[in-house]
Amino acid sequence: MRFAIPLVVFVLVAGFLYRGLALDPREVPSPLIGKPAPAFSLPTLANPDEQFSPDQMKGKVWLLNIWGTWCASCRIEHPLLVELARREQVDIVGLNYKDDTAQAKVWLRDLGDPYVITAVDESGRIGIDWGFYGAPETFVVDADGVVRHKHVGPVTPQALQETILPLVAKLQGRQS
Amino acid sequence: MNPKRKQKLILIIAMVAGVGIAVGLLLNAFQQNLMLFFSPTDVVAGKAPEDAKFRIGGLVEAGSVQREADGLTVSFKVTDNAKTVAIRYTGILPDLFREGQGIVSLGRLDDTGVFVASEVLAKHDENYMPPEVADALEKTRQAEESGKAAQTAVHGSNTVQMQ
Amino acid sequence: MIPELGHFALILALVVAVILSVVPMVGSFTGTTAWMALARPAAKVQMLLVTISYAILTHAFLVHDFSVSYVTNTSNLSLPLIYRISGVWGSHEGSLLLWMLILAGWTVSVSIFSRGVPLQMIARVLSVLGMISVGFLLFMLITSNPFDRMLPAPADGQSLNPLLQDFGLAIHPPMLYMGYVGFSVAFAFAVAALIGGRLDMAWARWMRPWTNIAWMFLTIGIALGSWWAYYELGWGGWWFWDPVENASFMPWLMGTALIHSLAATEKRGAFKAWTVLLAVCAFSLSLLGTFLVRSGVLTSVHAFATDPARGAFILAFLGVVVGSSLALYAWRAPQLRSNTSFSMQSRESGLLFNNVIMLAMCASVLLGTLYPLVLDALGIAKISVGVPYFNAVFLPLAIPLMLMVGVGALARWKKDNLVEILKRLRWAAVLSVVGGIALPFLMGRFTFGAALGIGLGLWVTLASLQGLFERLRHRNNKWVALRSIGAGFWGMTMAHIGIAVFSVGVSLTTIYSVEKDLRMAPGDSYDIAGYNFAFEGVRKAQGPNYRADEGVVEVTKGGEEVTVLAAQKRQYDIQMSIMTEAAIDAGFTRDLYVALGEKIGTDGSWSVRLYYKPFIRWIWLGSLLMGLGGVLAVCDRRYRRVSERLAQQTTDQPLEAKPT
Repeated sequence: MRFAIPLVVFVLVAGFLYRGLALDPREVPSPLIGKPAPAFSLPTLANPDEQFSPDQMKGKVWLLNIWGTWCASCRIEHPLLVELARREQVDIVGLNYKDDTAQAKVWLRDLGDPYVITAVDESGRIGIDWGFYGAPETFVVDADGVVRHKHVGPVTPQALQETILPLVAKLQGRQS
Repeated sequence: MNPKRKQKLILIIAMVAGVGIAVGLLLNAFQQNLMLFFSPTDVVAGKAPEDAKFRIGGLVEAGSVQREADGLTVSFKVTDNAKTVAIRYTGILPDLFREGQGIVSLGRLDDTGVFVASEVLAKHDENYMPPEVADALEKTRQAEESGKAAQTAVHGSNTVQMQ
Repeated sequence: MIPELGHFALILALVVAVILSVVPMVGSFTGTTAWMALARPAAKVQMLLVTISYAILTHAFLVHDFSVSYVTNTSNLSLPLIYRISGVWGSHEGSLLLWMLILAGWTVSVSIFSRGVPLQMIARVLSVLGMISVGFLLFMLITSNPFDRMLPAPADGQSLNPLLQDFGLAIHPPMLYMGYVGFSVAFAFAVAALIGGRLDMAWARWMRPWTNIAWMFLTIGIALGSWWAYYELGWGGWWFWDPVENASFMPWLMGTALIHSLAATEKRGAFKAWTVLLAVCAFSLSLLGTFLVRSGVLTSVHAFATDPARGAFILAFLGVVVGSSLALYAWRAPQLRSNTSFSMQSRESGLLFNNVIMLAMCASVLLGTLYPLVLDALGIAKISVGVPYFNAVFLPLAIPLMLMVGVGALARWKKDNLVEILKRLRWAAVLSVVGGIALPFLMGRFTFGAALGIGLGLWVTLASLQGLFERLRHRNNKWVALRSIGAGFWGMTMAHIGIAVFSVGVSLTTIYSVEKDLRMAPGDSYDIAGYNFAFEGVRKAQGPNYRADEGVVEVTKGGEEVTVLAAQKRQYDIQMSIMTEAAIDAGFTRDLYVALGEKIGTDGSWSVRLYYKPFIRWIWLGSLLMGLGGVLAVCDRRYRRVSERLAQQTTDQPLEAKPT
């Protein structure tokens, strides 16, 4: 009988590990997914008098990318976004989060501007509505204005290739 | 009892005693060194222990980082987008410490409610938030959402300074 | 086209692995010699296929084939050649391929260096190794194919995490994997013995060298990781009790217990069931280590590849491997009777004592590593276990262990007299106590901890030398006597002295280190332990793929220049990430360590970290001695004779369990 003790201990440990796996902390599912994108109206970076609101994107599949010049990881993903914008598969809207407007302009001038439009969220209010918890973050919104996917952290070539672009293509396909 | 069995018995007793002492030491040390994690909201609500070390995590609030005259003591605020806690740390910050990034810090509260950190950690791979921080921020957001449903008219700053 | 060939080679390797895991095993039960004989060629073909696959991935790195997604994610055009070669295992998919290559390599080695082993036994051993291969190959092909394409191919890659662009870290994973995977051989032997229900001294003698070599690699791999953390992370610590470190430390503790238990099984036929259990546990913990690191279940500063789907696969794999082997153990182990007896005062008791302590250490690490996960899983709280816990547990366990090392190595098998041994060791004891009390004063300040560390180190060393001395004392020709001592004894002595060196290093570094974070303007200087650190300011420097601020610190002692240290703060071009590169003047008795913090103000002041670390090199020197001791023991003549002797045994005798 005592020779079975190791087996019992192992089964217990494996049970806990299995539970632990089910609770991946990074995959905090955004409750926003499947729901309409939170509405907002914010000045654009190019022209503070002009306002941007998600309603303007109705009828198109688009990405919302939350970024800031203070965010090191944003710089990592930036070239990829520029590349993505160049391919013109999908419109990307930037949300410049808690940032210095002048610095943000310099950033886009120097590193390239992948965004069809950039909205400025100086107070950080909108970020909270979108369930944002750390720049950069990217949302996929469909033609009906429903949030379909959220990517936390810098967009990687792999995430783009395997998740985001197929989803965008699917959503675009359904639309036409 | 023959001597051989007696010896074997002594051996077993000695081993059981040894293991017992070891387990006792182990559990004692274990109890004393468990460190709980609290979000800034928890700390402001007074849930964190006042006389023990614990961990706190959140985003470093943009514009809050200040150096004191000695050049080594840094004060900054961490937030979970609801509440804010001031942290003071003397020493060299990790490479990935930046405003807006998530950090976890180890330390204790002083009399004035400032968190005196003995360690500040930022993630190495910089792709991810520390999971505890992500969790705390998500909770805030959910609380916020239900709160907003109740009173839709409230606007303005949602950060409460802790002094 | 070429990467697809690599992928194809992996699929073929899987087919071969399936054949290897089924056919020889079935043959060993039906007694079909041809089926059993298939094991050796299958192992070789598998090795060939995995090598081709590995070479193709390396080729993709060398020619910058960014159409391969893995290359894009871990390499770029400006990456130096050496990090492109090591980049192959710089991330998840490639490190698995390396793991697989090493497993195939161990399997082939077993098939080659086993001529004297009965065919039935070797067929089962290779077959079990084949099963492990099947698991890992499936894992790669299903969840983490390193040859996945990314089309259209980007012009440049993402580059390797700058933290990993380092020589020490580049060779750390292969070493660690050699150890982890090496334990699979011990595991396969244990399982083969359980299946056959027979385990004799020849079996133990045959398994020992493999275990020693795996253990040596693991020891050196862990030491390399510790050394890397010391100079690269910029905190000057050498061990953090980080879950990933713990994940490699647990198999090491089990492996150490296994080596000692095997000694008793080989020499005396004792602890049979225990040895088998330790072999299963050592490999299980190696797999658990992989699980913890690769799945992100436990987040830590090291976890650079995280993916729950992969975690689920490893967990299932772990469940099958460990669950089935432990079930087999529960069923068969009662037949592995050790029909030898030993007195309480004997070498066997000493080894048992060692095993109990190692097991307690391992259990405490396991508790500290998994407990936070368990609480999280049950939704109770998010906690972490502080470093003081591990220190508080290890110190009281290490002291009796060290005391026992000295005594146990001198004890005879079966029956000895403890009082007699202690009498022989009286001079060693006196010298240890005197040295332990006196030597700390040389460090400038007496502390009890230092006395303890030095005293125990001296005790182990002197007791080991006493053992050597006793082997020579009654011999007339000392030279002949010296040469007649077996490599096994030399290996043991060396490893035990390694433990002594290690413990002296740990205690002196911990107690006498001086660590200062300072604000320094150009021209400022500061004295630590007799060394004067003068900050000369910060200049710009340029590397192959980074720019850096370089802080120059001139160190003098008594007015004479010791060294000039240039610590860097690097900014890597591609990731724009910032890295601290410490400058270290390494020495036998002390390290001087300078790291740059941040620029403060406008007068050229920086925050600077100055460390004085006495005897820190002894930590790694001790580990190296332990590892070398493990290899030296393998060179013992008796292992070379083992194949001949085994060949003389009748190979056609039934190996099935005899009813008892």
